[in-house]
Amino acid sequence: MAQLILEAIITGILSGAVYALMASGLTLIFGVMEIINIAQGALVILGAYLSYALQDKFHIDLFMGLLLTMPVMFLLGLLIEIVLIRPLKRDRTMLSILVTFAIALIIEGVLGVFFGTNYVQLHSWYIDSTIQIGDYYLSYIYIFGFVLSLILLGLLYFLLYRTKFGFGLRASMQNRTAAELIGIDVERVSAITFGIGVALAAAGGMAYGATSAFNPASHLDLISRLLVIIILGGMGSMKGAPIASVVMLVIEDVTSVIWSPVWANTVFFALLVVILLVRPRGLFGQLESRKQ
Amino acid sequence: MKAVRITGLIVLGMLVVAFPIAFPNPAVTTIAVFTVLFAAAATGWNIFSGYSGYIALGHGVYFGLGSYAIALMCQDWKIPGGTIPLLLIPLAGIVAAIFALPFGWIALRTRRHAFIVITIATFFIMQLMAYNLRPITHGSAGISLPLPPPSWTGNVFNIPFYYSALAILLFALLTSWWVRNSKYGLGLLAIRDDEDRALSLGVNTGPFKLVAFVISAFFVGMVGALHAYFIGSIFPPFAFDALFDVIVALMAFLGGIGTLAGPVLGAFILEPTQQYFTLEFSNNGYYLIIYGILFVVIILLMPEGIMPTLQKYWIKVRSSGNSGQNEPEEVEKKNKKTAVLKAAKGEEKGQSHETA
Repeated sequence: MAQLILEAIITGILSGAVYALMASGLTLIFGVMEIINIAQGALVILGAYLSYALQDKFHIDLFMGLLLTMPVMFLLGLLIEIVLIRPLKRDRTMLSILVTFAIALIIEGVLGVFFGTNYVQLHSWYIDSTIQIGDYYLSYIYIFGFVLSLILLGLLYFLLYRTKFGFGLRASMQNRTAAELIGIDVERVSAITFGIGVALAAAGGMAYGATSAFNPASHLDLISRLLVIIILGGMGSMKGAPIASVVMLVIEDVTSVIWSPVWANTVFFALLVVILLVRPRGLFGQLESRKQ
Repeated sequence: MKAVRITGLIVLGMLVVAFPIAFPNPAVTTIAVFTVLFAAAATGWNIFSGYSGYIALGHGVYFGLGSYAIALMCQDWKIPGGTIPLLLIPLAGIVAAIFALPFGWIALRTRRHAFIVITIATFFIMQLMAYNLRPITHGSAGISLPLPPPSWTGNVFNIPFYYSALAILLFALLTSWWVRNSKYGLGLLAIRDDEDRALSLGVNTGPFKLVAFVISAFFVGMVGALHAYFIGSIFPPFAFDALFDVIVALMAFLGGIGTLAGPVLGAFILEPTQQYFTLEFSNNGYYLIIYGILFVVIILLMPEGIMPTLQKYWIKVRSSGNSGQNEPEEVEKKNKKTAVLKAAKGEEKGQSHETA
């Protein structure tokens, strides 16, 4: 039993890193723009399908394919922000939820038209073959996905904390108006942020599609988990999202082992409710300041 | 002006009541039943979210709870189809309201974005429960509700459902109207404009918000119950429908959030459109694409909703027609104008709270 729990913890940490990618995109977009991107789940699935199509039609390796899908998804993110999010001036939060939900529906519809509604899964040698650690067999993709997430998150942190663009971005996160006053082009920062968030979704989608089967409607399940992760981590907290992802996935995997996979999600949701009762702003969230 | 309004309301009411007699075709009345049901749900949603400014995106929870409540009552008490299940609908609404108490209490500890996200999370928890609590809900096998008696067939079948839905809508509208015009509703509007200031001025914000949340859950629960009985069987993904969460909000937004008639207007426009698209394109993904594009276009073109836009336009027309008139007429018109302005004040408040 102890062995099983240990394995569950390892798998949880490894797959938690993949969720950290997707959740970081979501929380980054929220932090800068104060909008909740309900389409993040659908964009993850879109990324998974793009990788699937590249591999299926052109025999491009999944990780190599990311060099193509991530820039494309970045541009898609820019486009969405400029055409659909930017025109929303008043009641941004609410209207952006409706708009991004509509985007999710459109993506789901388009994917349904192109790929049908059957479940698919990505395949490659590193997905189908396993590595032995002690008595425990682990698919290579978990390790590769973990490394990919670490690299991308590292790049993201470098961008945020070591570049001039990152300073501007964090300034916009702290106070939009003040950032504008000191000469930061917040609109431009917003568009690029959205693009980065969507590009991260593409990478997360590839890793997600490699470890679990998906269909166009999977985005609803995914976005519910991502939303829960970013509330637990604290909305807009870049530190909170990865930690909450790992916590969630570890709890889920351990619950599946010691109780039943059916209840894995429920235990996590219950934990979330308890945490919110004690700490309404999540683990690392900022206190909501009064808007005037 | 007042006489015109009242006559208009009476004519509109008569049209709505006489609708199934004028168009007895079951295909038409089925759409009418769904439309009135959604109008009631949107009105219920608006009592909380429209007036308090807290956007709840998890009212599918109470829709589903209402559905399961009536299905389980009919199953456990061995109730035959007919009018008795219709009478149980308020009870199902109360069940939903009871669940709304703890859920609302937890969710309302947070504000703004976190609140929205928690309501969404609650929704997914409850959907999961419907799948997993097999001894009660039968999981994905679903529950069947009793069939209505054989005398309810053909053109008559939809009639009891239509009038029951209409009764719920009327009840919801009366409650909404009362809230809007009461001191309690004024407190809710104050919370929408500036919660901290409302608190400091002596509005007991916590209970105010929770009561509105429970009231709106009650109406949405009743809608869920009638919907379940109308459909005849319930399954977790349809009783707890993620699309419902958003559609109710979209209807209220389209018509004008925080207004009395807005949600009804939104439902009367959106629901028939949706039913039409489902009938036309249900076999492929095009239905989702068209619906999504429709969503986006509505929001980008009319972010304020139809009612506030019309009201603004009306004020503009009145004030531009004012210049260069004779003295007595002008005074009279000015009086009218202030009346209109007063009526529109609530909406203006709603616009100012985000930009403030």
